[in-house]
Amino acid sequence: MAKQFLKGNEAVIKGAMLAGCTAYYGYPITPASEIAHAAAKYFPRAGATFVQAESEVAAINMVYGAAAAGERVMTASSGPGISLKAEGISYCAGAELPCVIVSIMRGGPGLGNIGPEQSDYNQLVKGGGHGNYKNIVLAPNSAQEMCDLGMLAFELADKYRNPVIVAADGFIGQMMEPVVIPEPVKEVPDKKWAVKGTPETYKNVVTSIELDFHDLEIHNQKLQKKYAIIEEQEVRYEEYRTDDADIVLVAYGISSRVAQSAVNELRSEGIKAGLLRPITLFPFPKLKIKELAEKINSFLVVEMSNGQMIDDVRLAVEGKKPVHLYNRMGGFVPTAKEVREKVITIMR
Amino acid sequence: MSKTILRKPEAFYDAFTRKAGDDFLTTTYCPGCGHGILHKLVAEALEDFGVQKKTMFVSPVGCSVFAYYYMDVGNVQAAHGRAPAVATALKRSNPESVVISYQGDGDLAAIGGAEILNAANRGEGITVFFVNNAIYGMTGGQMAPTTLIGQPTMTTPLGRTLENEGYPIRMSEIIATLEAPVYVDRVMLGDIKSIRQARKAVRKALEIQIEKNGFSFIEVLSACPSNLKMTPVDAQKWVREVLADYFPLGVKKDISATFPGKSKERHLLPLSEIPTILDIKESKINKDIIQNFSGKDFHEEIKIAGFGGQGVLSLGIVLSEMGMRHDFEVSWIPSYGPEMRGGTANCSVHLSNKKIGSPVVDRPTVLVAMNLPSIDKFEKDVMEGGYIFYDSSLINKAPKRNDLHVIAIPATKIADELGTTKIANMVIVGAMIEKLKLMSQEIVIDSIGEVIKNKKLIGINKQAIYKGIEFIKNLK
Repeated sequence: MAKQFLKGNEAVIKGAMLAGCTAYYGYPITPASEIAHAAAKYFPRAGATFVQAESEVAAINMVYGAAAAGERVMTASSGPGISLKAEGISYCAGAELPCVIVSIMRGGPGLGNIGPEQSDYNQLVKGGGHGNYKNIVLAPNSAQEMCDLGMLAFELADKYRNPVIVAADGFIGQMMEPVVIPEPVKEVPDKKWAVKGTPETYKNVVTSIELDFHDLEIHNQKLQKKYAIIEEQEVRYEEYRTDDADIVLVAYGISSRVAQSAVNELRSEGIKAGLLRPITLFPFPKLKIKELAEKINSFLVVEMSNGQMIDDVRLAVEGKKPVHLYNRMGGFVPTAKEVREKVITIMR
Repeated sequence: MSKTILRKPEAFYDAFTRKAGDDFLTTTYCPGCGHGILHKLVAEALEDFGVQKKTMFVSPVGCSVFAYYYMDVGNVQAAHGRAPAVATALKRSNPESVVISYQGDGDLAAIGGAEILNAANRGEGITVFFVNNAIYGMTGGQMAPTTLIGQPTMTTPLGRTLENEGYPIRMSEIIATLEAPVYVDRVMLGDIKSIRQARKAVRKALEIQIEKNGFSFIEVLSACPSNLKMTPVDAQKWVREVLADYFPLGVKKDISATFPGKSKERHLLPLSEIPTILDIKESKINKDIIQNFSGKDFHEEIKIAGFGGQGVLSLGIVLSEMGMRHDFEVSWIPSYGPEMRGGTANCSVHLSNKKIGSPVVDRPTVLVAMNLPSIDKFEKDVMEGGYIFYDSSLINKAPKRNDLHVIAIPATKIADELGTTKIANMVIVGAMIEKLKLMSQEIVIDSIGEVIKNKKLIGINKQAIYKGIEFIKNLK
């Protein structure tokens, strides 16, 4: 197995290509630009399509077009760009077009800054655009997972005909780590519903419009059923020393690595701390959290936002145990020391 | 003698069964609307050219949103204004196909201004039909970017004014200024004669795509009797006499005779060959050597700082790459944001045999300082008992702390003696591996060629590393 030292932003492109992605449409934005750089370098070598679009809006609509044509297609951006893409993501969800969108979260709101934040949790996990829809959201916490979850994203997108977001932060995108390069997928699915400009597909229609109220309600119900199946089958998380824990930290992305260091420090001091790391943010590991709520004393959510994921944790805990927050904003990544001190304050 | 056949073109459905309700024989268009006529001109051409089944029709938001009720071809419905972006990707996915982007005036000239301009400028191999009736139809008669001065609409009840809304926009003339478009024409659906003219333009535009994969733009002046609040006959007359007066008919650009054509080829590499193009190289590492290092319990947090251009970031990457070759846990992250301003740069490297948490280094065990501001900024943060390596050819003020190992190396001077200042960072790498004994010198020297980008400089980089090692040895 070949191991390479890669930026998360490069690893996600290699993963995408190994998953059979053949089209990239994007617009530059820090701290996601290396994704476009890598795509511009590697996609043409494979005969695949790379286009720098005129805007984030155009880019996501190109993604819509390529997805309609049955290709494995992706784009990448950061908060301000994802805001612009929200329109197109909603259309993809409505027309049930599989596509992958990588979001490298930065500081907000507005122009904010280019430091890492996790303040777009709600934007990504709750949909972000108009209408009753959900994105599948994967949250890597290493360059390796940028590659691996980048690959998985395409499988899930096709399996459910749904947009999949790879939600990372500026650090996961910018940092370099060793990545074990996986084998490419054997084949990509042939999509009978796609519009390809061929005699086999010319009767197909891709649209998100349903003028008739009855038809649109049925369509929405169908989408909700799909999301329910996703919630049943696709929950992914990692547990670390939760077995005998008194307090469980809940964190994803870069925060989960800091939280894990904090857990190690606390354990060495005899404090029984554990970590639950959601790998899928939608579907959220709510049953696991509910189960933990039965046996532990309290939760501490660590996130780089004003406290967004904490709402989902609270919904899962159903008020049974206290749920605390340790958060930083503005581009700061919490340190293990800060998290440890917060835990000690809670335990006191 | 030509024969008259009275039937709908193949590419136009006989019955519109995709329509809601139970009337499948009439369209959703109002009496006197131009859309039906243009749909049929397009459908007829697609049939005549034998491309019906390889055509993809992108419908916009506007009255023609339901073009897929009528056009018996592949159909993709786009968001408001985005049809040219969607069409771009459809065509790129299947370059052999025929792609039509069909848009109204609000869709194309207002909300979709960027998309049409840039698709045209890229010279996408698509055909754009732009229906200009000087008003928003579907949303109920609001002002369009092409609404004429003085023309009343629901959002300009007293008529469009120069002061508040500005001039109506002439899209064909704008598109014609671009280099890439092959054929730009403005026609109208004003009477039988002008419809015949429009038919010719439609056919020519599609031929340019089919034969040469070129971009064409056909603006079609058309009547909207319902929103103009006129009879169909009066509305057509208004198109002929008023609309066509502001928007002059005729070819705005035509380079079809000299346009060489664009390739329709797309050769995707088989999946099994993807790894070959991803620059994935297996490095051959002697596992026996690594064992002497990877078994140790250690965790180094290294901060490397200096001016931009001194190779500060690449010093960190080289250490990390070498760490990876020893099967260490490794992370590297550059400082970015405001810290990058003013020409200073730093990066953080973790080398450990344990899983790495945050990649940030707040309390370095090792500081590499390549300029004075780096000493000023980071000396205080170094862990007690840690190391500072600094370039003594550039820093004339030694670190003050006495609870650290401080190593002064004239790295820039040594590099200059070797012929280039740029390898001062490699002199420091050599010094670090000799002093810290973290890694195998053999592996570092052997694999430096895999790590540096400019392969011509492998030799001199190796020399620099040797000089660094030698410098430390001579200190003893």
